[in-house]
Amino acid sequence: MKTKNLLLGDEALALGALHAGLSGAYAYPGTPSTEILEFVQSHPITKERNIHSHWSSNEKTAMEEALGMSFAGKRSMVSMKHVGLNVAADPFVNSAMTGANGGILVISADDPSMHSSQNEQDSRYYAAFAFIPCLEPSNQQEAYDMARYGFVLSEKYGIPVMVRLVTRLSHSRAVVEVDSEYLPQNNIHFPKFGPQWVLMPANSKRRYVELLKDYDKLQQVSETSPFNSYRDGNDKSIGIIVSGIAANYLDELFPNGCPFPVVKVSQYPLPVEMISSLVADTDSLLIIEEGQPFIEQRIRGELDKNGIVYGKLSGQLPRTGELTPDAVREALLTLRPELSELRLPEPKAASQIVMPRPPALCQGCSHRDVYSALNDALKEYKEPKVFGDIGCYTLGYLSPFNAIDTCLDMGASVTMAKGAADAGVFPSIGIIGDSTFTHSGMTGLLDAINENTNMVLIISDNLTTGMTGGQDSQGTGKLEDICMGLGASPEHVRTIDALPKLHEDIKQLFLDEINYPGLSVVIVRRECIQTARRHAAAKAKQAKKD
Amino acid sequence: MKTDIVLAGVGGQGILSIATILGAAALKENLHLKQAEVHGMSQRGGDVQSNLRLSSDPIASDLIPLGGADLIVSLEPMEALRYVSYLKPTGWIVTNTAPFVNIDNYPEENALNEELERFDNVVAFDMDAMSKEVATARASNMLLLGAAAPFIDMEVEKIEDGIRTVFGAKGENIVETNIKAFRAGYDYTRNLLKTR
Repeated sequence: MKTKNLLLGDEALALGALHAGLSGAYAYPGTPSTEILEFVQSHPITKERNIHSHWSSNEKTAMEEALGMSFAGKRSMVSMKHVGLNVAADPFVNSAMTGANGGILVISADDPSMHSSQNEQDSRYYAAFAFIPCLEPSNQQEAYDMARYGFVLSEKYGIPVMVRLVTRLSHSRAVVEVDSEYLPQNNIHFPKFGPQWVLMPANSKRRYVELLKDYDKLQQVSETSPFNSYRDGNDKSIGIIVSGIAANYLDELFPNGCPFPVVKVSQYPLPVEMISSLVADTDSLLIIEEGQPFIEQRIRGELDKNGIVYGKLSGQLPRTGELTPDAVREALLTLRPELSELRLPEPKAASQIVMPRPPALCQGCSHRDVYSALNDALKEYKEPKVFGDIGCYTLGYLSPFNAIDTCLDMGASVTMAKGAADAGVFPSIGIIGDSTFTHSGMTGLLDAINENTNMVLIISDNLTTGMTGGQDSQGTGKLEDICMGLGASPEHVRTIDALPKLHEDIKQLFLDEINYPGLSVVIVRRECIQTARRHAAAKAKQAKKD
Repeated sequence: MKTDIVLAGVGGQGILSIATILGAAALKENLHLKQAEVHGMSQRGGDVQSNLRLSSDPIASDLIPLGGADLIVSLEPMEALRYVSYLKPTGWIVTNTAPFVNIDNYPEENALNEELERFDNVVAFDMDAMSKEVATARASNMLLLGAAAPFIDMEVEKIEDGIRTVFGAKGENIVETNIKAFRAGYDYTRNLLKTR
């Protein structure tokens, strides 16, 4: 029996995993992947089956926890945004070497167009680099189906399986047919071949040879994958390779069928034989893929710049930003202007009156109080530098605060402030949120503590992971203890409430600690205005019930 | 049937509940649907939009092409204008005219109205005010949905059922308030169309 559900791509994948015997889901929140673990947390099956669904401190811990569950023979998944995979890169790449026991899905959600990210990196490169197979759903139904398929693939070949999502699939809803019968969960059982789980050189050397052989086998699996296909067409002047969500944009242009032969790729390693037949059958290639030109570079190589391969590198498709049906239409019309049926009437001109409306910190947000006090405190110095971090408070870069000089990655506020202080910058200030601090700030703080670096680290603690919608923050209630436990001097771990009426006090506290010639941590604390509202509403509702 | 809609507004205004209701109605009617949303940083008071596509046939793309939308449905007048290049030549703009001003260079209200009047097919009025009068201020997104309903190729009762499904858990009062706002919007557009 199948039932129909209306699901985001993220939710479809999560539900597929829940229906396929999942025992543990691990994640750190990050747009566009957050809804995967949130869906698992809120689903009745999770409670019924006692599935692990707590947030992890960061993507690396999440990946390792998921791999531990796989080692124990159970099915697990770990989800993150694309840049989270950088944090998890060490366990991810090495998990190809240990291999998997219980099926494990590593879900990496890319964000082409950088809707809510600092870059457009394409996770498929990581999968290929690690020799890990990758599934790339083109729609919500495939996302659901691929969870079960991925677990089976992972267990059969003893390897983690990446599922690559992109924003437009993660955050787009469609009707999905789902199974009403669920697979049982695995019992604990340990790997048959123990040595490969201990990656010391003697074991790794043997395992690497096996891994390369397995990758060749996985290419054969791709040739016959239900998610890869060769659709013939009458017009052999162009062969099209289309991957993941890009397949939809092509189908949108040709509702009655594409006249050109098409290879659709949703499982990697690339189905090289399938692509070879396309090349043999056609005069030129157009490669349409979301993200970076991963397939195109492999097909074209580095030397063939004027060949017959068209795509992002040759300029028919835009090199930056996400694909759109319009971009795919333009590419085809550039190559084949006579396809006049593809043309739409000239769209209306954009309205000149419309102004950009950038996001901003909420009215009443505690980060506002931190920045206004910090800006006032820093007026007294000639060249203060403020090293920012990843979270809502990155918006402190924008008007009216214009308060931060850098934003690199999770945790870099601490370590870049330290490096700048090492170089002689004064005052050197790092500003980081509570969740980002426990994600990747603590280890950097240890460096600064060990050298008693002359800097101030401000932890703007709003008791949640705010930017992604208010998930639990792993350091809540523990920040002072963490800092002092790492060795920060208790006299210079200071705490104050982030309230407008305390503006002068917060400013003075900043000044005191800036003028202390060593390491200080100032924790400025008030709950996120969004979660505070939600908590108040829930409380009122509860009071009404009582 | 096929209706492609660009939903527009400012982060936090509630365009996603409109999408949720049409989604619930479409699912019940066995229609195909794709709805691309915006989550994350831009939800913090920035411009947000959602592409909502309803069809009796399968839908390929999650995104609506330029010049392909039957409707722009907006909770805010400047945000309606942001997406006019997505509108079909025969498409309609249905928008609230109550401005949401959170930027310094927000255009003059008159200039906005004049710009909206340049388009042939526009339903634009102060939905916040009407919603406050007939229901509550918070129901203005349902009033907007009602005002857009005559252009959506779905029976209006089915959309009302969607409202009942989505707000059902919140109690009968909330359902009725939202239905009232929905009908006020619906009647406004129907009357406007009669006079054309």
